Amino acid sequence: MNFLEQYNYWIVILLMMSGFYIVIAHGNLVKKLMGLTIFQTSVFILYISISKVIGGTAPILDDQYEVYTNPLPHVLILTAIVVGVATTALGLALAVRIKEAYGTVEEDVIQEKDLQQEGSTE
Amino acid sequence: MIQHLPILQVIIPLLAAPICFILREAKLVRWFVLLANIMAFVVSIMLLQQVNVHGTLVYTLGGWEAPIGIEYRIDELNAYLLILVTSISTVTLMAAGSSLNKEMKESKQTYFYIAYMLCLTGLLGILATGDAFNVFVFLEISSLASYTMIAMGNDRRSLWASYQYLIMGTIGATFILIGIGLMYMMTGTLNMHDLAERLVEVEQTKTVFTAFAFFLVGVCLKLALFPLHLWLPNAYAYAPSIATVFLAATATKVAIYILLRFIFSVYGFEFSFSHLPLTEILVSLGLVGIIAASIVAIYQTNVKRLFAYSSVSQIGYMILGLGIGNKTGLTATLLHLFNHALMKSAIFLALAGVVYRIGNVNIKNFAGLGRQMPWTMAAIVIGGLSLIGVPLTVGFVSKWYLVLALLENGWWPIAVLVLVGSLLAIAYIWRIVEVAYFKAPLQNNQSHKEAPPAILIPAWIFVIANFYFGIDTSFTAGLSERTAELLFGVVK
Amino acid sequence: MMEQELLMQWIIILPLLAIPGILLFHKQPNLREAITLIAGALLLVAVVAFYQGFDAGNAPYIHWWELMPGLDIAFRAEPLGVLFTLVAGSLWLVTSIYAIGYMRGHNEANQTRFYACFAVAISAVMGLAFADNLFTLFVFYEVLTLSTYPLVTHAGTDKARHGGRVYLSILLTTSILFLLFGIIGTWSVTDTLTFAEGGIFDDSVSPVVAGVLLVLFVFGIGKAAVMPFHRWLPAAMVAPTPVSALLHAVAVVKAGVFSILKVCVYVFGIDLLNELTITDWLLYVATASVLLASLVAMRQDNLKKRLAYSTVSQLGYITIGALLATQAGVLGGALHIVAHAFGKITLFFCAGAIMVAAHKTEISDMRGLGKTMPVTMIAFFIGSLSIIGLPPAMGMWSKWYLLMGTLEAEQWAVMIVLMISSLLNIAYLLPIPIRAFFDGKRSVVSINRGEIKEAPWPSLLALSITAIMTIVFFFWPQVFYGLAETLAGVAGGTNG
Repeated sequence: MNFLEQYNYWIVILLMMSGFYIVIAHGNLVKKLMGLTIFQTSVFILYISISKVIGGTAPILDDQYEVYTNPLPHVLILTAIVVGVATTALGLALAVRIKEAYGTVEEDVIQEKDLQQEGSTE
Repeated sequence: MIQHLPILQVIIPLLAAPICFILREAKLVRWFVLLANIMAFVVSIMLLQQVNVHGTLVYTLGGWEAPIGIEYRIDELNAYLLILVTSISTVTLMAAGSSLNKEMKESKQTYFYIAYMLCLTGLLGILATGDAFNVFVFLEISSLASYTMIAMGNDRRSLWASYQYLIMGTIGATFILIGIGLMYMMTGTLNMHDLAERLVEVEQTKTVFTAFAFFLVGVCLKLALFPLHLWLPNAYAYAPSIATVFLAATATKVAIYILLRFIFSVYGFEFSFSHLPLTEILVSLGLVGIIAASIVAIYQTNVKRLFAYSSVSQIGYMILGLGIGNKTGLTATLLHLFNHALMKSAIFLALAGVVYRIGNVNIKNFAGLGRQMPWTMAAIVIGGLSLIGVPLTVGFVSKWYLVLALLENGWWPIAVLVLVGSLLAIAYIWRIVEVAYFKAPLQNNQSHKEAPPAILIPAWIFVIANFYFGIDTSFTAGLSERTAELLFGVVK
Repeated sequence: MMEQELLMQWIIILPLLAIPGILLFHKQPNLREAITLIAGALLLVAVVAFYQGFDAGNAPYIHWWELMPGLDIAFRAEPLGVLFTLVAGSLWLVTSIYAIGYMRGHNEANQTRFYACFAVAISAVMGLAFADNLFTLFVFYEVLTLSTYPLVTHAGTDKARHGGRVYLSILLTTSILFLLFGIIGTWSVTDTLTFAEGGIFDDSVSPVVAGVLLVLFVFGIGKAAVMPFHRWLPAAMVAPTPVSALLHAVAVVKAGVFSILKVCVYVFGIDLLNELTITDWLLYVATASVLLASLVAMRQDNLKKRLAYSTVSQLGYITIGALLATQAGVLGGALHIVAHAFGKITLFFCAGAIMVAAHKTEISDMRGLGKTMPVTMIAFFIGSLSIIGLPPAMGMWSKWYLLMGTLEAEQWAVMIVLMISSLLNIAYLLPIPIRAFFDGKRSVVSINRGEIKEAPWPSLLALSITAIMTIVFFFWPQVFYGLAETLAGVAGGTNG
């Protein structure tokens, strides 16, 4: 049991944390979405990497091979990627609309404008 | 036909969505969507009947047996919630036509209905499926659809609310995905039933604990448990009125269902409550949520936001009941799922009526509405009384069970805090009552008429349901009790 | 027997039936008031008929529906309930007559809402009086609170809203935090909420738990205005006078002490109360409440405020009666419900009449008023006598039995306080009519001497009726005495 043996997890954790950090730390809506995508991708890598069986080949039925990589996570992740793409698309669409409505995609500016609006109507 | 009911429940709204796209005309779509909803409702009733007669229904998709194929599993818990979701969605849609006409352009309405149907598909899918990964997929379907619906509000803040919800919701969903992935890693299966059997062997491993933790946090984000509720108030406040009704009444409830399903059916009571300090976590978060959110609600000026915070606090009650970890507590949670949906639908639909006439829900503009819109305001007040937990309304029933459950464990102080929560509810409801009934209307608000019957009638259907299920509790309490027994039975 | 059961339901529903009529004729005040009066008259007939057919040994029982297993809405007539319905039923009619004069004389707005809410409140009182279990009692208790809220805030001014807020918050807070909690606690201990003769707690209940529950009940029934939860009563005085008269001198507060009596007799039972040490402490709290409220009343110059604090003090008497846990105490408490109701309503009617006719609210402005409002002031005098407990007014009987109760229980301190308090009553009530008649020289009333200017005749009629009733019941207290005696008999537990 040494740390490098499980390097796939380290990659996952590194990517996940950097993605998460970007989402939290950046005020720019598009950058936030980038962070979110990295965050999601790390999970995809987690799934794919755990399906790897050492010495296994691609899961093609043939007498030659006996050890296969587990195909199910790949399939699952295909679905998850689709979901991720949809989320990113929707998020970007929202960012465009926000830009139209507020004239900016910076979080702090938007919040300031919201506060002003609330102050004026209430 | 009968044996295909479980899949029909999901397929009907799923197919209805693209058909809406083909129909295009908002007027046509409105009736078509209502029809599809009624069909879904009928299917859910038939499902409950089937469950009552035959016990748990198992439906294998495409004939592939589990654990290889995906299976849908309907027992009393999801049959009960399927009825809840479909009935509320149907009644809400009755009001959708006139409310949407006022709030968005006709060209946009078709898209709204499509999002609505997809959201419904997602929720029903979560409820029906017996496959863990399927839960994630349906969760994302319903979430994406609800981001869209929220963004269609006519205030620009709705865009920002939707964006925030999207970020938080996606993080939550990804956490759930991680949890499911780790479970799969340890057991090699995604079927919930199968998972439950295989998890026992690896119960003590760190991976399983980690999986559970990720899953829990993810779901709690989705169900807006305090302090993960930040997305909810704005999303409810600025979404189109109909979307608020639908989401407030159903979306968080379905998230709680996921929690129940995994805690009880998949991990099992033993694991969740004995190996983990789940009771402490849920009870304390629930309590803080009840009190804090209620206090914040008192200071809101936007009435929709006020009730959104009230929703956060009501979710606290449900989580508290769950956290107690006894059968009465679980019954209280299940009852409150149903009852809270009724209260909030009545209130938010009545608020849709207010938006229809006044254009916004700032508390200032409520002055004198008690006289100008008597029926609408009466619906809000009765819904509010139910939130407080006045006897003969549904709110009383669930609070009664909750306090009883707390006393069963001898937790007097917490029971007192629960009742304090009710008092805080009085404070925020009464702010509205005072303004609406005992203040003269504002200068520019002299001549508002009653909301149109198309909104009023559905709202009053919910109001009457508030009374009916508060007086005759045999359906809700009976079913909740049996379901609670069922969930606890899985343990043994 | 069947008829009795039917009648009992009619008594509860009858006031509600008047509401559609009241709402329907909101544009024709005469018709609207006629409906209230007819309903009031019918209700009076019904409660009297019910009393005549009432037989404590064979009490009518009605089960409406079961809310949850063990939680029923059910009614059973028992002596105390019948007594309470007699009082509330007869006073509703009188108050309605009075209200017509007052509301029109005062040109109040929203009269339709006023009469409708009034009817709901009366119906709630009737339901409460017949409640067969704690849950039913609680339901009607809350209905009563909510239906009287619009009456308190009737004026719609900031002051009224503030008063309403205090009213609602104290009553709801105590009822939810303490009363509901006590009820749930009782349920979790005994598995039943149905009132039973001799109480529902068996020997297995630990005295600590029973003591805690008793505290929860006594303070939870905020309508009984035991200090420190009495603030709502003076706050509710912003309401129009008929509301203060019927609700905050009779229906609402009596619903409170009625509930306390009922809980003491039918939930705890006198024997258990005697065993609990906490009973004594609560008794002292109630006693202190009597004394303090009397002292505060002396300092009030606003007549309605003074009457309100007097009510707080008098309610303490009834709570004491219940907590003395002796037959005489229960008897005196039950009788005092009646005596105080008739006496205090007279006083409030007078206060309202003065407000309408002479536009005076402060006591210091009322000197010499006897010349212009003789009938009102005589009635006020009679009412005062009853509150003080002097003959020839009914109050004497109830105070007599309460004192007997303190003797039986050997609570000397309580006895002394009761007597002091009666002296205080004299000090803060009697000077008002006396100065009105005999202090003419320093009169601040600027109306022409000798000219009679009374309130509108319906109001005058109403306050005369109640004043006369107070005297009548001194000479013929049999009706109420009989019921109260049956109750005391049911309560059992003689101890000396």
